[in-house]
Order: sequence, then C-alpha cells, then structure tokens
Amino acid sequence: MAENRMNPDRAGAAQGRALAGDVLVPGSARAEKFALDKPLSFWGGYDSEAGRIIDPTHPQTGLSLAGKIMVMAHAKGSSSSSSVLAEAIRNGTGPVGIVLKERDLIISIGAIVAAELYGLAVPVVCLDASAFDRVMAAPGMLRIEAAEENRAARIYLE
Amino acid sequence: MLQLSERDQAMLAGEFGRGAARAMQIVARTAHVMSAPNLIDICSAHIDGCLYHGQASLDFVELFVEAGARVAVSTTLNVGSLDLIHPELYHGDRAVQSAAQRLMQAHLLLGCESSFTCAPYQLKNRPAKGEQIAWAESNAIVFANSVLGARTSRYGDFLDLAAAITGRAPYAGLHVEENRAGRIVLRVEAFAHRTSRDIYFAALGLLVGKIAGAVVPAITGLPDDTSEDEFKALGAAAASSGAVALFHAVGITPEAPTLDAALQGQAPLKTVDVALADLDEVRQTLNQGREGDELVAVALGTPHFSLAEFQRLAKILDAYEGAPKSDFYINTSRFILWELGERGLARAFEERGIQIVVDTCTYITPVMKKLSGLVMTNSGKWASYAPANIGVTVAYGSMDECVRSAFEGKVRFHG
Repeated sequence: MAENRMNPDRAGAAQGRALAGDVLVPGSARAEKFALDKPLSFWGGYDSEAGRIIDPTHPQTGLSLAGKIMVMAHAKGSSSSSSVLAEAIRNGTGPVGIVLKERDLIISIGAIVAAELYGLAVPVVCLDASAFDRVMAAPGMLRIEAAEENRAARIYLE
Repeated sequence: MLQLSERDQAMLAGEFGRGAARAMQIVARTAHVMSAPNLIDICSAHIDGCLYHGQASLDFVELFVEAGARVAVSTTLNVGSLDLIHPELYHGDRAVQSAAQRLMQAHLLLGCESSFTCAPYQLKNRPAKGEQIAWAESNAIVFANSVLGARTSRYGDFLDLAAAITGRAPYAGLHVEENRAGRIVLRVEAFAHRTSRDIYFAALGLLVGKIAGAVVPAITGLPDDTSEDEFKALGAAAASSGAVALFHAVGITPEAPTLDAALQGQAPLKTVDVALADLDEVRQTLNQGREGDELVAVALGTPHFSLAEFQRLAKILDAYEGAPKSDFYINTSRFILWELGERGLARAFEERGIQIVVDTCTYITPVMKKLSGLVMTNSGKWASYAPANIGVTVAYGSMDECVRSAFEGKVRFHG
C-alpha cells in the first residue's frame, strides 16, 4: 500500500496489472468482479431489498451485485436510479465498488449520497477504453484504490 | 479543477445554514464528477426525489427539513408513489404508503410546489429557450432540452434537491452550448400517413435510445406538424432505452432550424437510416399481446396525459357505447384534472368508467385493481418498465387500438 501510494504509476506498470483511472467518488474496495453484459437501469431494474437484477430483458436477470465490484460500460434509463443505488448500498445489497467507461452522474450521485448519509464509501471510478477492456477481460478479483477526488484511481487486477 | 464563487464557498462553510451547506457539498462533489470548471445559477428545478425508493429517500430529505432549509428557486415536484387526491386507489404495503406520504409532504415543507407530475412542461410557467435549469426525471429532461430549448443535464434524485436549495448547478454537460450539438443523424422514413401514428413516435423513441445511447441525435423526416404530445412520447421512450437527454428534430425544434444548425456546423459521427420496417419491429418486440387475447386493463398517460390528449380521447370515446369491459386508467397531473373539472370533462370520463389517476403513475405503484395479466398501453415507457415494476404483461398499441380493445375486453389491432 505505502509503496503504491509513493509511486503508483511505476508500481502498476512494472507488475502489468494496475490500471489508472479517474476518481468520481472516493473509496476503496476489493471484491469479485461483476461485469454487466448490458447497461442496467437500477430503477426498474434492480431490487434494492432482495439485491438482484429484476429487469426481465437483462441477460443477467436474477443475479446479485451484492458485495461485488460492478463493471459497466455506460448507464441507462431513469434518473431515479441514484436513489435505488443509494438504498441498495444502505441495505448492503448493492455493489461495493463501481467501474465505468463513461462518467455517469446518476450512478455517482447514488454513491455520493450513500457516503454523505451513511458513511458507506463505495468508490466509483472511470477508465479509458483500453483500461476498461482489460478490466472486462481479466479473471479474478479487482481492487480499487481511489482515496481522493483529485488524484488518479488505481485498479488492480488480482 | 472546480472554482467555487465566494458565495458558493460561504454556503459550503455554513453561512447560509446547515442545510444549504450540505446541499452545496453535494453540488460541488457532483461538479467534480462532471469535470465542471464552475457552478452557474439556475432559474428552476424539477425534483424526482419525492418518489419513494426506501429509507434513503426519506433520510435525505428529512435532513434538510430538520435543518430548516428552503428551495432557492421555483421548484416543481415529480410524481410520488401515491395519488394524494384519490388515496383509496392504493392497495400496497401500509408502511410504504405512510413513508411515501411523509416523503411527498417533506418536499412541500422545503417550499416545493405540489405539482406531482412527470410532465412539468405542461404547467403554465415552463422554462424558456436558453434558460439554465436543473431538472430530474428523464422524460422531463429530454423535453425541456429538446422541445423547449432550456438547458439541463441529466440530473437525478438528490442532486435535483441540492441544486434547488443552492440555486446552483455544475457548468457542464448540456448546460454548455457546444455539448448540445447533434453528433449522429437519424434519417427517418416518413410515417405520418400511418393510422397508428402515435405509437410510431414511441417506437422511434425506443430505437433512438438504443442507437444514440448518450449521444445527441439529430432526427430528420419527422412530420412538420409533430405535436408536443408526440415529442413527449418520443423523448420518454428514448430516455428509457438509452440515456438520451436531448434530441434535435430538424426543421421543428428550437435549436435545429436546419441540419447544419443542429450539428453546429460539424460533420456527424454517423448517419443511420430508420425504415418503417425497423419501427414495426420495435412495436412487435414490445408487444406481448395477440389479437383476441383477454385484456385486464388499459393504461394511458405515461408521461402524464395532456389536455389535448384528453380531448382526443373524448372524441375517440364518442364512437363507443356504455362502459369499457377492461379497466381503464389514465395518469395525469392534478392541474390537468382541475382543468378537466372546470370544463365538465372529468365527470364525463368518470361516467364512462375511466379512472383518472393523479400525482403518480400506474406503473410505479399498486393502484390498478388487477396486477397480473395483460395490460395495453400506447406508451413506450410504460411498456418498458411495467413488466418489472408491477408484474403485468404488456400489449402495445395506439390510443385508438387501446380504446377499442378496452371496450371489447380483448386485444384488437387495426393492423
């Protein structure tokens, strides 16, 4: 940890498994990856009590994001999704970290408010296309280190 | 890096009260997410957070109520989870009902108007072209940007209220002129001559959302006499299948007198031709009903029915005798209901056995009597969300087809 903080770029490049991105919402997480095959609207698409995808047209319907790091290329759908995400985070039925390819306000605000209201920090990071594709392709666990808004995020493929 | 004004900083430091400080903190954090250089003043806000999604909804608003915060700009409210004018319609969980009511009322304590509509653009004081606003509710956002030419990013719950309390929004996204340029062109084959014209707009909207994602589309080929209700259907559908917050209808909408103006003089990333066959395919994908299937109900008014739509429906109803065999629901705002009342129309619809639902929408809350079976709608948005939200199956048809089917109690398509 300390070494990475001192020189994160080189540490990552040397190991070939750390990627840099933008911090949309700070925090840290280490969990199994859940890559969404299609964009998901949390509102109308995710049950924040049961913690599962309920959109019947979504290819991963019935599956849970609880405790996972959600990887999603871009968001879609209703602006109510911020609330559903915040509620899922409050209930512990939501993702513990989020990796995006496009900056998404609605997802980010859900995580910001969960942090403001409940002190539950779910990091949201945004990666460029090539880094995002590497995350999508990587097997195993992910780790997100996104301590501060104005510094780069680190995503480790473990 | 975000530069806050002196006043923003004072607000953040608590000089305008604890509530304003918390709201500014959220606006500033959002501005960071959007890479905004600064904040701007807004003229109005529209708030989606009065729809109950769980304890987090209440915790957020009550924090501001307890701090004595008030909204700083004219602020309308989106639908809630309840019809406060017809509370007896609700037959869901009582604890949720009570929390949902508390949430709606908490917003009134903050100084918001009791509009409770997803179509605030049907109210009298709607935003003008070029005005900076902070609106939530995906269909209201796309309508305000596209049809009114007002400027809002795609805001959602929480930021909407934070912007209303601070009167500020991040200067980014669709607040910025150059981000409003059309980037892809959709050439739509003429469909104005088709009998079921209304659902072609919704079907086109769903396709636009799929093709455009979050990119601004410029659409050519729409009829010159496209009505606000037809744009409403198009926009609502586009915002449910994609993240569309602005479209240009070339030759019709305010920022698109010409294709070149819609594109702000740049070449488009791509041009896509949309054929009638593509729209028919969307219709078929959405529709789960077959000719002659038993129909439980018809649900119109998503987004909220306008006065013009009620007038059109009244004309269609003239061709039928008695009451419909299927339940018949129309969602609208309490303001439109009052206008109908003044014209003696509200009673006329009631006498025909039509249930008008206000303040909410039939696909987000249990107000329909039967929540299983086949329900017919002309709304692309209702068709997209209702199956997951309330568990019904959807038949998708035009307003004419919906009315005919309701009176026969069976799905009927005109072909």
